[in-house]
Order: sequence, then structure tokens, then C-alpha cells
Amino acid sequence: MDEVFKALADASRRSLLDRLHARNGQTLNELCEGLAMTRQAVTKHLAILEQANLVTTFKHGREKLHYLNPVPIHQIGERWIKKFERAKLVALSELKRQLEKRDE
Amino acid sequence: MSKPEFVYVTYISTTPEKLWEALTNSEFTRRYWFNTEVKSDWKVGSPFALVMNGTTTDVGEILQAERPRRLAYTFKHQLDEEMRKEPPTKVTFTIEPHGDLVKLTVTHEGFAKGSKLLDGISKGWPAILSGLKTLLETGTVIAIPPRALEIEGFE
Repeated sequence: MDEVFKALADASRRSLLDRLHARNGQTLNELCEGLAMTRQAVTKHLAILEQANLVTTFKHGREKLHYLNPVPIHQIGERWIKKFERAKLVALSELKRQLEKRDE
Repeated sequence: MSKPEFVYVTYISTTPEKLWEALTNSEFTRRYWFNTEVKSDWKVGSPFALVMNGTTTDVGEILQAERPRRLAYTFKHQLDEEMRKEPPTKVTFTIEPHGDLVKLTVTHEGFAKGSKLLDGISKGWPAILSGLKTLLETGTVIAIPPRALEIEGFE
């Protein structure tokens, strides 16, 4: 669990997870596109995320694809969130999202 | 071959045999899979079904069954009318021992464009796999109420 928290304690790594959340199963090239990070930095961050099992890779033909693996994050939630709190927390977080939504 | 929409990995402190049992035995699955029973004789070509509280929610066919390493089946939702029209998807479980741990990889692929099923699937698997790990490692699991996942039409 230490590894998960360490991996998440970095804005660049969180933004890589956001990119995979928006589109799962990307190659390194796709992930680097439009990012203000060098390829080496992305590779390094991905290695840390993989080590923490937050990103998993999958060989598809010749390509190595990166997938967001939310299982460890779910595990963290399970540890501190009680069964009956969950629905209320989902409602609260939806309320926060709605209220903070910027006009688009 | 299209690429899988989801690849989930979890490392569980167990043996491949126990994990296989947990994936294919209804007594086990009911405890971590939203009270769902898995029904099949686990032979290639045999039918597969998920039965939740007595209602069949999904059906499919066994594509691969190499105990205790690899299991694959097709997956087609039955309850929701829109989802029932979607083509069957494919689920694959790969079990690899790594020392005292077993690595379980679940891939799910073949979703139609704009699939309604995809949303539910992406919320369901992390909860199921997280529960499976807890059950195998501790012997007990706190069932997550399906309602909490906010999947449309799934209570």
C-alpha cells in the first residue's frame, strides 16, 4: 500500500492516470503526445505506476499498451469506507462535482 | 483482433488452484461477486451463466478452460433491453504464480461502440476483484452493495 500512495503523490503521475482514465490502452507514444514531459520522464513515471500496480501493460501484437488498473485504489477505499457509508459518499462527491462544475 | 477495453491485475496471496476454485465455484462467487452464482461445467463449448439472486443476468459460452491457468468465456447481458442487443464480449482470466503470490489478470474486450454495458463493467470489475483478493487472503469479505456502484439498472 505504501507504493500506491508514493506513486499517487506526484501530479505528473496523476495526470498520466487521468489520461488513461479518459482513454484506456495507450502506447507510450500516444501517452507522450501533447505532454510537457520528456519521453524519459514519462517512462520513469510509468515504471513507478506499474510497480504500484496502478498501471498494467498488455502486449497487443507488436504494441505495448498501458491500462489504468483501479483495483489497488478500490482496496484502499474498502479499508476505510464502511459498507453503508458508500452510497452517501457517492452522493456527496456527485454534489461537489455538480457545484464546482465550471460553465462550459 | 481489437485491443481489450480493460485489463485488470491483482496479486493475491493464494495458490492457482484456490484461485481457480474461487472463480468457478458458486459458493465462493456468491461471497464476493454481488451474491452472484457462476453456472457452468467449465468445458470448452459449454454454456456459462451468471445468476444473481435467482435471476440470470448474463450468459455466454466457455472458450478456454485450462485449469488452473487460463479461463475465457463470452459474456452477454440479459436483463437490460439495450444491452441485450449488444454483441457478446469476451472475458479472459490468466493465473500466473509468482513465488507466494498469484497474479490474476482479467481482460474484457469486444464492446460495441458506445456500449452501455461498458460503463457497468468498468465499475463492477474493480469491486469484484478487490473483494476476491480480500476473501482469499482473510477468509471474509464485506460485500459491496451493487447500488453503491451507481450502475444504471443494477441494484
